[in-house]
Amino acid sequence: MIPELAHFSLILAMCFAVLGFLVPVIGVYQRDRVLARLSLPLTYLTGVFTFLAFLGLCYSFSVDDFSVLYIAENSSQLLPLWFKISAVWGGHEGSLLLWVLILSGWNCYVAFRSHALYEDFRGILLSVLSLISSGFLSFLLFTSSPFVRLLPNSPQIGGDLNPLLQDFGLIIHPPMLYMGYVGFSVPFAFAIAALITGKMDAQWARWVRPWVNFAWAFLTLGIALGSWWAYYELGWGGWWFWDPVENASFMPWLAGTALLHSLAVSEKRGLFKSWTLLLAIFTFALSFLGTFLVRSGVLTSVHSFASDPTRGTYVLTMLLIIVGGGLLLFAMRASSIRNTSYFDIFGKESWLLLNNILLITLTLIVFVGTLSPLVLEAMGSGRVSVGPPYFNLVFNPVACLLIFFMGIGPISRWQSTKPKYLLRVTWFPFILALFIATACFQFLLFEWLAFFAFTIALWVLIMAIRDLLGKAVTKDTTVFTRMRKLPKSRYGMHIAHIGVVISLIGVVLVSINSEERFVRLHVGESASVKNYQFTLSDMAVSREANFVSQKAEFNVTNNDVALGVMYPEKRYYQTRGQVMTEAALSTGFTRDLYIALGERYDDDSWSVKIYVKSFVRWIWLGALVMMFGGILAALDKRYKPRGEIE
Amino acid sequence: MALWLRAVFVWFAFLSGINSGMALADSIREFETPSQKVRYEQLIQSLRCPKCQNQSLADSDSAIATDLRDQVYRMITSNKSNTDIEDYMVARYGEFVLYKPVFESHTFFLWAAPLLFLSVGAIVFILVLRAQRKITETEF
Amino acid sequence: MKKVLFFIPFIALVILGSFFYFNLDRHDDQMPSALLGKSVPSFTLVNLKTNDIITQKDLPQGPYLINVWGTWCPACAQEHEYLMELSAKGINIIGIDYKDEMKPALDWLAERGNPYSKVIFDEMGRLGVDLGVTGAPETFVVNSKGVIVQRHQGVVNEAVWQSLKSYMNE
Repeated sequence: MIPELAHFSLILAMCFAVLGFLVPVIGVYQRDRVLARLSLPLTYLTGVFTFLAFLGLCYSFSVDDFSVLYIAENSSQLLPLWFKISAVWGGHEGSLLLWVLILSGWNCYVAFRSHALYEDFRGILLSVLSLISSGFLSFLLFTSSPFVRLLPNSPQIGGDLNPLLQDFGLIIHPPMLYMGYVGFSVPFAFAIAALITGKMDAQWARWVRPWVNFAWAFLTLGIALGSWWAYYELGWGGWWFWDPVENASFMPWLAGTALLHSLAVSEKRGLFKSWTLLLAIFTFALSFLGTFLVRSGVLTSVHSFASDPTRGTYVLTMLLIIVGGGLLLFAMRASSIRNTSYFDIFGKESWLLLNNILLITLTLIVFVGTLSPLVLEAMGSGRVSVGPPYFNLVFNPVACLLIFFMGIGPISRWQSTKPKYLLRVTWFPFILALFIATACFQFLLFEWLAFFAFTIALWVLIMAIRDLLGKAVTKDTTVFTRMRKLPKSRYGMHIAHIGVVISLIGVVLVSINSEERFVRLHVGESASVKNYQFTLSDMAVSREANFVSQKAEFNVTNNDVALGVMYPEKRYYQTRGQVMTEAALSTGFTRDLYIALGERYDDDSWSVKIYVKSFVRWIWLGALVMMFGGILAALDKRYKPRGEIE
Repeated sequence: MALWLRAVFVWFAFLSGINSGMALADSIREFETPSQKVRYEQLIQSLRCPKCQNQSLADSDSAIATDLRDQVYRMITSNKSNTDIEDYMVARYGEFVLYKPVFESHTFFLWAAPLLFLSVGAIVFILVLRAQRKITETEF
Repeated sequence: MKKVLFFIPFIALVILGSFFYFNLDRHDDQMPSALLGKSVPSFTLVNLKTNDIITQKDLPQGPYLINVWGTWCPACAQEHEYLMELSAKGINIIGIDYKDEMKPALDWLAERGNPYSKVIFDEMGRLGVDLGVTGAPETFVVNSKGVIVQRHQGVVNEAVWQSLKSYMNE
């Protein structure tokens, strides 16, 4: 009964979404305020009924209702409760429902915060959001309903959740990632509303900026969680593989970062307006493209869902209608938008322009690298792989250049900066950074790009701290009162930049200062990697609820100082007949120890991969700091809605 | 997911204690020179396992990846060049195994694209700045 | 002129969209073999049944199939019965016993029947690597000129055979 009710509730949600799209449009064009205002309750109703449907599915999962096909395929009575709940988004259908739920959630929140907007603007904004909702709701209902029953022959036991996904990281990774992906539909809707109503000014930019920041912060977190998960769960110790699905989430992040920066120019200086609108559409299009790539099965990846061309066609059609409509509107309306000021080559605007150009270059590089295997195959050139060597060669140098400008941009002034001032402010931090980097590299493997990146990272770090302190230290007040008075957005910016620096330092050090060994050990034997000794002291087999476990015990010492015991594991999940490598991790601020158990040889020895990963935590720590910076900037008081402005 | 299916067999062997023909020992490699070791590691990182979803020879535990690692090792220790080894793999498994695509007519755009984007970006930058200067000159 | 620039993103989307639209189901799960159009690589191995040396010169005049199998491979057991049918129809099939042991392989053929006119015993999988094999079962079609014209990865059944058959006469 519950699945049917949930299904029905989803149908209602779709009806409300369709109404939510149509009614405000009619209202706005007929100048009927009552109709236009209906956009609010319709948005809320869509949200409520989507939520009920989601609750229904969660409930059915929790009571092991295997008469529902999706649950039978993705859950098992043996799973602990929290995995039963996370199994809701363990497959295509349920994760799409989660997607739609988050989309409706964002829409409700936009509606809730929309009282400061003009009525026409709000009507169109919510209408566009409802259009996106109705697209995804219909996609869910028509091609991928999670409520299809398996009657009368419903199985007694479930097919179990994919063991890869039976993990804490996977409980939170998809919701966060989707928050980011879906969040970019809000700036898109704002852009469309701006194009239709012609309202594209500093106030518009102030409305949008917090939404972009939030979406960006969630996407940052989502990507970082995905990377962290792949690192410890896939068992081969990498943190980024340039896998198509990773790239699919990275492209909107890069474009979203560009949007973040160009919005600043549009708000403060009334420049790059049409470019900002285009970026808002572009970022959303890339999120959408990511969905298409992942769910149509056109890409071969560890993360992709089972392939189904019907679904691919549906998403593609939706993408072409919504994004195509947006771009057509852009083509017709954007040329009339006028910029309202000017700048010269050393103005902050020009550094931000460079930032945008480089970010879009990076986006397009990832785009070409990800899609060219598809294009080449379709053109009959056979199968080609584009992997880490390609991206490292073409992406990294451009990324370093971008981060170089990150040092100059924040300290330059709007409109025009004196070159002498720039030189005066930057030279000392640069020498200092060069000095520290040279000192550090006495202990590291020398590589030009690594050295360059490391120096820039330190330089940007010093400049950011200097800028915050420099702004704070003045004659009349104490440091702390001044620091408290600095706007949150300035802190947010510097913190996010420092986050980039932290990640970059992590990336550089993990790539040049890590060590790995692939050894073959009997019980009682040991191996040493860097100055750590790993002794295999025991092997044991045990039975758990839904898997059999083969666990090794390693005693780890660092130059004869005992550090503790690590338990790398292999798990055999009977229901799906799958084997999982559960790597053992000993995490640390400056290094991770990582052991992955390989296979057993005839003579009872085991192959073991041991890694010492230098500063790998910093990569994700940096992402957290970036996220924090993004959120802090969004909380700046100038973005607070200030009552009706009619 | 085929990614894990490959490992199942190895696991069955482990559970039942049977040795299979598939799982050949991947013993610790001994190299004559450190540069051979570095080359070996770089090669197995940049060659794609032909059977797996998206893993390099270094990352995959599949039987075929193990065999091909052995082959790379044999070729390195018998003083074959990186090009020899890559050609050997491509002749058998196609260009698919190269994570770094070859530079030929069909991959021209792939390699030219980054430079193209950068140059277009540079041109846009200059054009925007020139337009800005015009505005400055006319208004003041 | 400037107005035209604003249409570029839209046009790019249309081009990209139609590309995807028409190529969505083009994607082939079968990896094309790198050996298509080439002759069977040379080898010197042992004939499983007779324990004699066998080389590429001992291969029959085509067309014929090369089937890569092993006793460790569950899908090979699945496909075996259909291979027996094909062999009964008079299709010439050469077997490659890939990364296997001799005793179980001989038992397997004694138990399930032998669809192969010759079985090449590739214990170390070297011929497999030269053929670009990534696992078992895999089936190659060799035409009358001794050239490999098609490869199928996975179980051969009626449907697969119907598509392979057309290559036999190439």
